[in-house]
Amino acid sequence: MAENISFERVTTEYYDVLKELGNIGAGNATTALAQMLQTKVDMKVPQVRLLDFKDVGVVMGGEEQLVVGIYLAVEGDITGSIMFILEQNAGKSLVSKLMGMPPSESGFSEIEISAMKEIGNIITGAYLNSLAQMTNLKMIPSVPDLNIDMLNAILSVPAIEFGIIGDQILLIQTVFTDDVDLNGYFILMPDLDSYSKMLGALGMPI
Amino acid sequence: MANIVKVGMADLNVCKSPEGITTLGLGSCVGICIRDPVAKVGGLAHAMLPDSRQIENNSNRAKFADTGIEDLVKKILAMGGRKGRLEAKIAGGAQMFAFQNKSDMVRVGERNVEASKRKLRELGIPLKAQDTGLNYGRTIVFYPETGDLVIRSAGKPEKTI
Repeated sequence: MAENISFERVTTEYYDVLKELGNIGAGNATTALAQMLQTKVDMKVPQVRLLDFKDVGVVMGGEEQLVVGIYLAVEGDITGSIMFILEQNAGKSLVSKLMGMPPSESGFSEIEISAMKEIGNIITGAYLNSLAQMTNLKMIPSVPDLNIDMLNAILSVPAIEFGIIGDQILLIQTVFTDDVDLNGYFILMPDLDSYSKMLGALGMPI
Repeated sequence: MANIVKVGMADLNVCKSPEGITTLGLGSCVGICIRDPVAKVGGLAHAMLPDSRQIENNSNRAKFADTGIEDLVKKILAMGGRKGRLEAKIAGGAQMFAFQNKSDMVRVGERNVEASKRKLRELGIPLKAQDTGLNYGRTIVFYPETGDLVIRSAGKPEKTI
């Protein structure tokens, strides 16, 4: 059955569900971030958007801007992958808060990269946890992999995954606020048969 | 400063000298640049996946290296290019993350490059230069006038192939 599901159908019929999943997941991620930084972190209501490939880089602030991309595989009842994207400066600001020291002059040092991986791990882990709780499905994240590069180059990886099934990408934008606004983006890439499992578990079988 | 035509992800376009043509932040995708050095027309395809025949949803021909190159050549010929004179350069096809676990994603950058070369060979279009693979993004600008392909990457000096 799963092979016949069209991504367009999933996204039009279950857009609201995906939006709610995005909302709750991002809420949990915000809480985890606040605990890690031991500070108050607010979150604006996440925006869930379905965007054409050619538009997504522009909407996210420019195809060539430098971003941190954190990419994890998910295994268990649900399989697929998840990516978390953060503007480079937002990433540096979080890392410097976590480590309690000023950010390095340019780029990321080795230790900043490993701190950034840990932040990505905690944020995506919190996100997956809330999805797992809601759906009662097991989701086990892999060790995160990180790269810092131009937005479109990072985006090419999820875009190609979406490209296998359609011509659009589903983006969950979350703005975290402590003293400044930090733009973060979640991109969930369940394997096609995991969509139906997830929605089925929420009482909305396809 | 001559006009530069912009090509998005899974898209293609053509231009006429002195115009240039660009695509921003190629990652695992591949940029295929083709020109006719006499007619001084050329174009660029930004392909995401290697092979349209392996994917059911293949209506967007620019998304694939094989059909993207076919369509790009058609467009260049329609602008006055001649088949026996065409030449190509390619860039991109990086592996942005160490693991890309799904079967469709395994070495997708490398497979994009291989598929582009295969299609160019099949069409008898010589590949003049390439800058592909590794683990970083590339912004490219192609000038059909000279055949120069300018490549910019984060934290690296600009280069021309």
